[in-house]
Amino acid sequence: MSDSTKTVILHGGLLALLFLLQFLLPAYHHGNLARIMVLATFAMGYNVMFGYTGLLSLGHALFFAAGMYGMGLAMQYAGAGPVLAMSAGLVASIVVALVVGLLALRTAGVGFMIVTLMFAQAGYLIILYYGAWTRGDEGLVMPQALRMLGAIDFSQPGPRYFAALGLFATGFLLTLWMMRSPFGKVLIAIRENEERARMLGYDVFRYKLAAVVISGTLCGLAGAAYGLLFGYVGATFASVQYSIFPLLWVLLGGAGTVIGPLIGTLFMFYLIDLSSAVTSAYMLVAGVVLVLLTLFAPQGLAGELRARVWRGLP
Amino acid sequence: MSLLSTRGLSRSFAGLRAVHEVDFDLPKGEVRALIGPNGAGKTTFVSLLCGRILPTSGQVFFDGRDISALPAHRRIGLGMAYTFQITSVFSRLSAYENVALAARRRVHGRAEVDRVVMRALEQAGLHDRPDQPAGDLSYGHQRLLEIAMGLAQAPRLLILDEPTQGLSDGEVAAFKALIRGLKDSTTILLIEHNMSVVMETADRVTVLNFGEILAEGTPAEIHANAQVQAAYLGTG
Repeated sequence: MSDSTKTVILHGGLLALLFLLQFLLPAYHHGNLARIMVLATFAMGYNVMFGYTGLLSLGHALFFAAGMYGMGLAMQYAGAGPVLAMSAGLVASIVVALVVGLLALRTAGVGFMIVTLMFAQAGYLIILYYGAWTRGDEGLVMPQALRMLGAIDFSQPGPRYFAALGLFATGFLLTLWMMRSPFGKVLIAIRENEERARMLGYDVFRYKLAAVVISGTLCGLAGAAYGLLFGYVGATFASVQYSIFPLLWVLLGGAGTVIGPLIGTLFMFYLIDLSSAVTSAYMLVAGVVLVLLTLFAPQGLAGELRARVWRGLP
Repeated sequence: MSLLSTRGLSRSFAGLRAVHEVDFDLPKGEVRALIGPNGAGKTTFVSLLCGRILPTSGQVFFDGRDISALPAHRRIGLGMAYTFQITSVFSRLSAYENVALAARRRVHGRAEVDRVVMRALEQAGLHDRPDQPAGDLSYGHQRLLEIAMGLAQAPRLLILDEPTQGLSDGEVAAFKALIRGLKDSTTILLIEHNMSVVMETADRVTVLNFGEILAEGTPAEIHANAQVQAAYLGTG
């Protein structure tokens, strides 16, 4: 079986499984999975920069929040419906990603980590500063009447799951296609050896900027969808915690793999969910598992799959 | 006419003059070897040519055009190719993909890229292992992969920084044949320690010592040059 066939079967099969699960899962897990798919899209966006291009950002909460607030403010104050509000979120995240990319990419390595972290903190503080509009930590509850597209009510489990799956599938197929294209290969080449890529004649800065914009846009779309589907927009999502989450999800699932972000998000979500049912020290359980995975599967779960089973895993 | 020339090209590192006031001319179609003792400034000099590092002063001309202010990727775009002294392949990508990354700067479309890649791999003697991750190749094969990446670019000027280091005798012989075969289509600048390679492939030889050109001439002239011998023996 050729690599292309295997790729189609694995990734197509996963999407088909996610589609079928909505008819099989009990209500509680049905709701969880919708949330996980949106968060996994956030992780996939992060993966474009970290996993494929080798740019370690500590400030992706900024992009998630840019999309979320772009959507939320448009809905709250301009009375925008889902399409218009999502477009506002999209535009906000593209603009923020472009500006952050142009400035932060002048640094590299540790400098890049610090600069992205500082940008995200500045974003978080701006949201708090304009509390009169953003309601700060308290956040905004999206008016349910506006979360309707015709007769489709995104506050209902069915449409919500479907919308989350649509978002996830878009990001998933986009990443898959991109990483098999010549453009994606250049990003991987930059990750592997930036100087060599430059000396093959590639304008490394422009490729990295494109990676930041694609990554930031995908994360912003996830943030906007999160606000729309779960009806709440708050400053917590711009806090440093939400910059660390995607890093953890991607590391756990397997950086630089298409399926890794979903696996990592799913794993971490249920790890906390299940351990919190057993003990109040659930963060300890999560911490121990994280340490064990880092020690014994440093490539992440999908990374181990690639190392042991199938080297061609995209 | 010269494909590449430099005028007054200098670079110092914290007061150390790595390359000093070098005037250098490389005519089109020539195979030129650049030799010199360790620390003579050979790698610094070629890095200045292709823009990996910027000069303290002086100019570089390529095909009659002043390229001193161009960033590296633009110079490569004009038709230079540079292979690294320290093996510098994309280790987690396949040998094929390494060469394809080089080829796609010049040709487009899957079939055309495939043709260029397979030809470059064959010229370098690596056509039997295109799918192997570059990091899994032996050191010698990684050197050959570097050369294949240079060939796939079909450059007008190919700069090779110690290409035969770590190659077996058989691979060195194949390399010599490869260079002789490229003579008609490509101008080549070759940093090389292996004197048999220099003697058998180079049209002319430039000797660098303490960042300055010590001598220039045919391989035979350089071989007989007393100054060069002194520099190498360290009695100069």
